[in-house]
Amino acid sequence: MDRHYVRKLPATWWLRKRTYLVFMLRELTSVFVVAYALFLMVVIWRADDPGSFSGLFDALDSPVGLVLHAIVLAALLFHSITWINLTPKVLVLWRDDEQVDPRLIAGANYLGWVVASAVLAWLVLK
Amino acid sequence: MAPTDSDLSGRPVVMDVFRFLPDEETEPRFQRYEIPYRDDDVVLDALNHIKAEVDATLSFRWACRMGVCGSCGMMVNGEPRLTCETFVNEFHPEPIRIEPLAHFPVARDLVINMENFMDTLPTVKPWLMPADPKPIEEGEFLQSPGELATYKRFSMCINCMLCYSACPVYGLDETFIGPAALALAQRYNLDSRDGGKAERANVVTSHEGIWECTYVGDCTRVCPKEVDPAGAIQMAKLSYATDWVKSMLLPGG
Amino acid sequence: MDVPVHDVLIVGGGGAGLRAAIAIAEDYPEISVGVISKVYPMRSHTVAAEGGAAAVIKDNDSLDDHAYDTISGSDWLADQDAVEVLVSEAPAEMIQLEHWGCPWSREPDGEVAVRPFGGMQTERTWYAADKTGFHMLHSLFQTSLKFDSIVRYDEWFVTSLVLEDGRPHGVTAIELKSGEVHAIGARAVILCTGGAGRVYPFTTNSNIKTGDGMALAYRAGVPLKDMEFVQYHPTGLPGTGILITEAARGEGGVLVNRDGYRYLQDYDLGEPLELDDPNHPQKRTMELGPRDRLSQAFIHEREKERTIEGPHGDYVNLDLTHLGERTITRKIPMVRELAVRYVGIDPVTEPIPVRTVVHYMMGGIDTDVEARTLQPGLFAAGECACVSVNGANRLGSNSLTELLVYGARAARSAARFAGETPDVSLAALRTGQEAQRQRITEWLSPGAGGGETVAGLRSSLGDALEEGAGIFRDESSLQQACDTIRNLKQRFENVKLTDTSRTFNYELTAALELECMLDVGEAIAHSALARTESRGSHQRTDHPERDDERFLNHSLAYQTDGDPRIDYRDVVITRWPPGKRTYGTD
Repeated sequence: MDRHYVRKLPATWWLRKRTYLVFMLRELTSVFVVAYALFLMVVIWRADDPGSFSGLFDALDSPVGLVLHAIVLAALLFHSITWINLTPKVLVLWRDDEQVDPRLIAGANYLGWVVASAVLAWLVLK
Repeated sequence: MAPTDSDLSGRPVVMDVFRFLPDEETEPRFQRYEIPYRDDDVVLDALNHIKAEVDATLSFRWACRMGVCGSCGMMVNGEPRLTCETFVNEFHPEPIRIEPLAHFPVARDLVINMENFMDTLPTVKPWLMPADPKPIEEGEFLQSPGELATYKRFSMCINCMLCYSACPVYGLDETFIGPAALALAQRYNLDSRDGGKAERANVVTSHEGIWECTYVGDCTRVCPKEVDPAGAIQMAKLSYATDWVKSMLLPGG
Repeated sequence: MDVPVHDVLIVGGGGAGLRAAIAIAEDYPEISVGVISKVYPMRSHTVAAEGGAAAVIKDNDSLDDHAYDTISGSDWLADQDAVEVLVSEAPAEMIQLEHWGCPWSREPDGEVAVRPFGGMQTERTWYAADKTGFHMLHSLFQTSLKFDSIVRYDEWFVTSLVLEDGRPHGVTAIELKSGEVHAIGARAVILCTGGAGRVYPFTTNSNIKTGDGMALAYRAGVPLKDMEFVQYHPTGLPGTGILITEAARGEGGVLVNRDGYRYLQDYDLGEPLELDDPNHPQKRTMELGPRDRLSQAFIHEREKERTIEGPHGDYVNLDLTHLGERTITRKIPMVRELAVRYVGIDPVTEPIPVRTVVHYMMGGIDTDVEARTLQPGLFAAGECACVSVNGANRLGSNSLTELLVYGARAARSAARFAGETPDVSLAALRTGQEAQRQRITEWLSPGAGGGETVAGLRSSLGDALEEGAGIFRDESSLQQACDTIRNLKQRFENVKLTDTSRTFNYELTAALELECMLDVGEAIAHSALARTESRGSHQRTDHPERDDERFLNHSLAYQTDGDPRIDYRDVVITRWPPGKRTYGTD
């Protein structure tokens, strides 16, 4: 535009505000989600070959393996929490002209998450 | 409001104000002003004091000074704020940095160019398209308090543009339709009297519409009227996605 | 230089202007309509109106009742034919606005809800919580976006009307973003520029309410009618002047002085009911009396030293604590927000400090019931016009209704006129444009002007009017105001602009606005000086009685080379012969 002053956003725009940084980290967690899902698929794919399996588990059963898993767990937790916290934004329920408390919506989702995780854990550990 | 401190009232308020005079300069600069402190001044009062008593060449938009007209949005210490609702004592005695709203071209000083928004807004068809039109003689469309409540929040937008200043998607891509316009589209979609959701779909679900939003959520955080545009957009995503799935599963309806 | 030409040009993009534009786009789609405004339409002062808009729709109400309330509220100065038009066309206009999406508050059964308001014997004020003006303006603005035929000139400041051969040819205007002076042609011009509260120092009005359109008409030879009638709203926040809506009293809020006493009972406004009485608040009684009487009561209380002293002058308390949080957050949420933010008071638990504040101009551009001025081709509607429906005192919630009814009427009148009028003269427009261009260029040249500043003169004008033409006036105070304003107009010749640039020069627009404000101010002061009676909001301590024999008529202030010439025109009386204006009795 003629004679207007245009302020372009730098590539480091996401470092300017805490909210932007948190957003970027949240987005980054999807990488972890995808990566670990692929990892699990590989594990399942190789499940019938105990040989390659044990090598894999040996590699993972180490300080590095544990740290990696801790990081992945933190990322997945952050991903899940921010995702569930978003659900009341999408699902707005009304009782007459009062809004149903958003925490109930999120709470129901947390409950579902916990239950599903518990069921899965039981299946895996048994 | 922060408690008064008689020590503070003796100290001048320091304002670092973004200046840009296109008729004379090609680059902007900051100008520092020091003005008397008054306990219940808002930043807009301080700017008006500068204009009336110190420097009449400072240009900024304002009108109602009570937070309904949406004119006086500016960056205050890096955050988009309505300067008529932002108190000087929130910052004093620290210097206050005033800049034009981010993500908009600067026309002069604190005046931004918002023609982009004004051109984009009509494309989402932000007007009522009655589902069952009837003549005036038959009276008002009935709408229960509950039905009104579902869209009320999204109707409170004063078009102040703070959300656009907070939205990094808009900052990176000014073709993004943006929070206020999309929230207004959703306001009409949710209005029980309206039947225009499908007609708005073309633009609202386009490349530049709701799907460009990545739910950063900063728009909702800065909105001075608690419109929650981020919420409106996410609701619109679910709503239009559901419609699409239905249309795929049930051909013909 | 290209001169765009329209059939109708509307100056001002608020409630009246947008209603007019939509009316033309819908009913006269073949004619070309432009809307020019010095601010984006969403910033127009309609946006700040809070309480509601009156129209008869409930079974317990009648058009005659609405008319009677309005006429008695006006202290019989309203033109009754204009009032009959207002009350009879109001319901359809309001339903039309509802059909356009306005989010009116509702009853449980889905019908539009109404609330009680000052001076009205029955509740008939439609409301959208307490942001009615905001919702009306945005509904109108968003509806106007439907029509490609409406051409808008946003942030263009009109500087003159171009008149030649007894008819308008258009306007000259500064495009604020470039600072260039342009001409825009139009066969008919509708002024919808709002009131002029900013001529006073303490007002609810926004910065843009500077009487620009009133001055344009005045300079074109059209008289300004009833300018002496300036409404002081009884409940503004001290310091800022921000409006606390009458709806707070409509919901049952009460006004008390320093002793906690509901002082209005001392001023012929009836007897107070107990706060838990099911009939509280009683219509046309006490806090639901008319605004002029309530504001006058405040002044009397102050004289008796029964008001409370504060850092921003004297005030009284508006007590809403008995309403409960639920009522406050549902019916008057903005009152709570404003009180908390600007005076640090939560009205749920504490009373709000309030005081009288300039709010509305009953007077304005003289028009008839068809929104026509004495200048063919020039029309006016809304607060800038004086039809008159409001007479000597306006009832709350009639003004938003007036925007719709008379905005639409002005559109129809203008469209008809344009249809019968030949093409505009581009030569006249170019001449006008060139003259304005030279004037602005001179003002912006570095050596121009003398020792006066815009801010200084504006402040002096405000002081003169507040001192001389406040709630109570007398001959000497008004004479002083007239003299001061005459002097200020001379001093204005020496105004110097510090800002000599072109792009968004708000000092320049402030100077142009000041020029308009001086014209408005002189009309107010001289009209008030000439009216030696008291009626409604014009109270002369030296002539305290209403004098129907000499003054049941409208003042008409005509611009001259010197002081304005004041003339008079009879009030139109149809079915309500002048009577005693009483409140508080059954």
